[in-house]
Amino acid sequence: MSDLSAGFSEPPRRTKVPKFRWIAIIGVPLAAILFQVYVPRFFTYLAYLEMPLLVTVYYSLRRRSPPFGVLLGMCIGLAQDSLSNHPLGMFGIVKTLVGYFAASVSQRFEGSSDLLRLVLAFFFFFFHQFFYWVLSRALLGEAVSFEPVQTLVLAVLNAAVAVPLFRILDKLDVTD
Amino acid sequence: MDLILNRYRNLTALVAAILVQLVLLAYQVKSNQEVRLIRVWAVTAVTPLARLLESGRSGSVNFFKDYFVLLDVREQNKRLQSDLNRVQLENQVLRTELDTAERGKALSVFQEQSGMKTVAARIIGNSPGSNGHVVLIDRGTGSGIQPGMAVITPDGIVGKIVSSYPTASNLLLVTDPAFAAGVLSQKNRVHGTLKGTGNSNAIVDYVQNEQTVEIGEWFYTAGDDRIFPKGLLAGTVTAVRPGRTVKDIFLSPSGLQHGLEDVLVILEGDHKPIPDLPPPNQSVHLQPLPPAEGGTGLAGDPLNTANNTSSNTTKNSGGAQTDLDREVERTRRIGEDQKHVFGERGRGAPDFNKVPDPGASRPAATAPPAQTSSPVTPSATQPRP
Repeated sequence: MSDLSAGFSEPPRRTKVPKFRWIAIIGVPLAAILFQVYVPRFFTYLAYLEMPLLVTVYYSLRRRSPPFGVLLGMCIGLAQDSLSNHPLGMFGIVKTLVGYFAASVSQRFEGSSDLLRLVLAFFFFFFHQFFYWVLSRALLGEAVSFEPVQTLVLAVLNAAVAVPLFRILDKLDVTD
Repeated sequence: MDLILNRYRNLTALVAAILVQLVLLAYQVKSNQEVRLIRVWAVTAVTPLARLLESGRSGSVNFFKDYFVLLDVREQNKRLQSDLNRVQLENQVLRTELDTAERGKALSVFQEQSGMKTVAARIIGNSPGSNGHVVLIDRGTGSGIQPGMAVITPDGIVGKIVSSYPTASNLLLVTDPAFAAGVLSQKNRVHGTLKGTGNSNAIVDYVQNEQTVEIGEWFYTAGDDRIFPKGLLAGTVTAVRPGRTVKDIFLSPSGLQHGLEDVLVILEGDHKPIPDLPPPNQSVHLQPLPPAEGGTGLAGDPLNTANNTSSNTTKNSGGAQTDLDREVERTRRIGEDQKHVFGERGRGAPDFNKVPDPGASRPAATAPPAQTSSPVTPSATQPRP
């Protein structure tokens, strides 16, 4: 009985939080932004690949720290905003929310599962696009259209890319 | 308050981050001004990497493009080189064919104009062990060639046949030491014997020191060797010096000046007089034929007439118009004119002092048309005896 009460009272066993080098934490988001800025010049169909979002989701899931997710999402979002022609903060706010929610989810679920990564990438892409559209209409008053079907298809594509990409990024884990 | 912040630390961070960005956004929208500093940081951070990426990409693209372009250029270069080689080869072949055709044409013209019965032959090789002064020609006894026959080109004498076989013959060149032919100088009429020396020159032997021979003087065949008809070019004197008993006269054989490829073998020779003027040009130049005027040609042109006559003569008489031939023809015409039958007993001899009428013995069948004014020599219309 005491073992049973002890099992309920103890917090759930958690796997170790992976560690990444700072160069990886800074370099990978920078490379993702660079990818989004540079590669579509030559391969236009790759413009639909939201690499900064995927990187935000990945690091937030792996670090399992909402403040880290918030900070990372904000930085990546603001960097994207800086390279765009719209006011700073639009991508920042959206990615801040994505980082926070991704990190929050990782506190409940194991973030190394491919299926969870697939679902979360799909969900966060849709959420990202939808929330961006909401902010554009609400804060900036822009008449931006939202195509749900197209967004769902792109979400699937981004989720499909996210799984192998996350596998590659797992190699940057320096946890002993 | 601290407890609340600690308890809702994650949410607090989220709200703070969003609030900051909302304020930032509101400021930009309200003031219509950009937060330049953040953009400068972002652009400064991204630009070097983008530049590096672009230079790497362009470098790689250019490298591969240049590589494949160079590959193509290499292939193209190979192809062009092959084409060039082929065209050069074709050009060489055509040039050789043209030379051969020109030589053949000149030989053909000379053959017609010389009035001698000749056979054209081609040098096909050197006879082994002859040091290159005996060559093999592609005509033999099958073409009527016999040992001792003279061989010439339009430029002069070449040599003589030393042995003949059914399909080929050996030709002894004038440069061979075993070669000898009687020659006569054009200007001073000095007789001598042309001999080979074993190199590219020949000598004229047996000319006395007292006799005059000049450098550059032409020597013609004398016809006394019974091989070469009289009047054929032998060569020009390149050096003369007095010797112990006879002069040392060095001659450059004219027949070998332009190489040796096609020759004429004289089957039946015709002695010609030594010309008073030196040959202006040894190569036979052919002008194109004049345009036909009403199908009659240049009937009134004496030169043309003479050429036609010569051509007809050559054709009809087989090209053998020797002094003996002419004498036999004259005798026959005198006999016909005086109704004399040679060989009959008791008829005596015709009067050879009477000059026969040139037109009297002309057969009616071979008489030229009335409108043709060109004279036709009897030898051109009568078969050879």
